[in-house]
Amino acid sequence: MKRHYIVRVISKLLIPCIFLFALYVQFHGDYGPGGGFQAGVIFASGIVLYTLVVGLDRAQQAFHPRIIEILVAIGVLIYGSVGIWCLASGGKFLDYNALADDPVRHPQHGQHLGILLVELGVGITVAAAVVSIFFAFVNRGRS
Amino acid sequence: MSTAIAIVVLRDLWSSVILSGIFSLISAGLFVVMDAVDVAFTEAAVGAGVSTVLMLGTLALTDTSEKRSDRFQVLPLLVVLLTGAALIYSTLDMPHYGDPYAPIHLGEPANTYIYKSSNEIGVPNIVTSVLASYRGYDTLGETVVIFTAGIGVLLLLRRSCEMDQEGKTCVNEESHS
Repeated sequence: MKRHYIVRVISKLLIPCIFLFALYVQFHGDYGPGGGFQAGVIFASGIVLYTLVVGLDRAQQAFHPRIIEILVAIGVLIYGSVGIWCLASGGKFLDYNALADDPVRHPQHGQHLGILLVELGVGITVAAAVVSIFFAFVNRGRS
Repeated sequence: MSTAIAIVVLRDLWSSVILSGIFSLISAGLFVVMDAVDVAFTEAAVGAGVSTVLMLGTLALTDTSEKRSDRFQVLPLLVVLLTGAALIYSTLDMPHYGDPYAPIHLGEPANTYIYKSSNEIGVPNIVTSVLASYRGYDTLGETVVIFTAGIGVLLLLRRSCEMDQEGKTCVNEESHS
């Protein structure tokens, strides 16, 4: 990909926008279309584009495969621990009302916090899983 | 529709993969027309984006042209035709698109979620509130499925690489750098 100047320049312009858009979809999922799953896939496709342009070695320097594999598990852990946190604050499992400061009058605050954290967990898992599958495929192709 | 026929007819897998990406993009457009923006989002990102790239990656590992089979098999054709006929027959019972008296608009779930969501959850996007709060368990399960899928693919592809390494055919990344 050293010689494809147009592809390189356009990707350089696009990749930050893709990451930014993924973050927007992630944290604006409460108000507009989108959510953790879509954001994760968009983020991962940004990393895939980066890998296609700069090559696997440099991409794996930026996104270390070991860290990405750990992130796959961390996303699920975030989701599960929100559930446990709800239990610890006196609610049922994944009952976000318990997370609010004042569950009786403002249960919505707890719901907001819970949904935000849970979607973050989904996003991290999806992005990391897609990227690590892609890395595994490309690694195998080189051998 | 024409892209779907082209995917079946074409022998060149490379064009088939690209066409299936186009097919996903068109269906994403269809979902937008039907106001299912969240689904369209997922279809465009997963179907047209990531899965096309993964299939191209698979093609790079295998052959790019389909094997031609000489035998004409009757049973698979019969199964496909029967399933298709049954599916089309079952759509006859479905309410028309946009019918305000369809059971889904009158029944319990729609009324509960649409009228209570803004009070109980306080999130404007009802899809998100159903997905993450009312159906939190399901989404947790979904996330675990993705986790398992990722781990499974990693285990499969890694393991075979290590086995190759004993035969000195697979170059590991540590020995590469």
